[in-house]
Amino acid sequence: MIYLALFLSFFKIGLFGFGGGLAILSLIQMEVAQFGMSQQEFVDIVAVSQVTPGPIGINCATYVGYTIGGLAGSLIATFAIILPSLIIMLSICKAYFWLNKRFKGNSYFEQTLRMLRFTVIGLIAAAALLLIKPTNFIDSTSWIIFTLVAFFTVLPSITNHQSPITNIISHPILLIILSGIAGYLIYA
Amino acid sequence: MFLQLFWTYLKIGTFTLGGGYAMLPLIQREVVDRKRWLDEEEFLNMIALAQTAPGLIAVNSAIFIGWRIGGWRGVCGAVLGAVLPSFLIILAIAMVFSDWKEQPAVEAVFKGIRPAVVALIAAPLFKMAKSAKIGWTTALIPIAAALLIWLLHINPAWLIFATIIITLLVVDRIERRRK
Repeated sequence: MIYLALFLSFFKIGLFGFGGGLAILSLIQMEVAQFGMSQQEFVDIVAVSQVTPGPIGINCATYVGYTIGGLAGSLIATFAIILPSLIIMLSICKAYFWLNKRFKGNSYFEQTLRMLRFTVIGLIAAAALLLIKPTNFIDSTSWIIFTLVAFFTVLPSITNHQSPITNIISHPILLIILSGIAGYLIYA
Repeated sequence: MFLQLFWTYLKIGTFTLGGGYAMLPLIQREVVDRKRWLDEEEFLNMIALAQTAPGLIAVNSAIFIGWRIGGWRGVCGAVLGAVLPSFLIILAIAMVFSDWKEQPAVEAVFKGIRPAVVALIAAPLFKMAKSAKIGWTTALIPIAAALLIWLLHINPAWLIFATIIITLLVVDRIERRRK
């Protein structure tokens, strides 16, 4: 039964996939081999998943599911990859809010959260560092776009007041659209 | 609440390229700066939890914020909103265009967007560091964490576990000494 196998595979991927979408790709790669999908096919799917909007893991699950089992396959794979998160993350949330109420002001709890915030800042910095590679930065124009977007993003916190103009020009969605237009004008 | 969370995440899901980490600046903008559902501290706590749990960071963060703001309905709204754009776009691509990647115009647009995505992840770090009240000594923690992941490819989940355990041990020593 192909649908059951698909469900189990993606449930496993969701359950053991630590470290987010990019880390999950290697798990998906191992799982899809049993469905007779070639490496080339998988690489193409990963490429599409990375250049389309949304979480890479969801994109990949939907695409692999569709390739293997059509519309039903894509629904099953997407649902199966989310299900473990839903169970585990909800438990973690409940525990966190309970601890937060119970141990507010407790030095063990407060210090742990404080240190975690520092670590998380490092995790985000690492995500950015890992993306600085030749496929993303092809020439000096890439660095100009990078600098401009970074500048407009930090602008509201430098000027330190929330004016409507800085709020609009620092909006991530607008900056992505503008960069896309710039890319089209420069490279096409 | 269901609709508000659904709509917010639908917007976030539609406009992020580059996966979960690229979603964070948008989530921060919508959920912290605009709607004020969470403050900056809670936002960073949320990322730590979303990283520790298995699965996709984007989905985990949708679950946390959904639960925090609107309980069960909030979770359904946020997760559905985060997943639906991906699902529909990929489905359309898989069904209709199979050769869209070879379009030079599409590739040109992405050449412009890719460095922007990296900037969007990196730039808010300063604001986060400021609101986490980072000092000269504590700045070593994120620097060490970033280098460990970047250079040695350590799984972020391990760093979160290590942070929790080391902090508890250190606080325990200090508390015992005080007594």
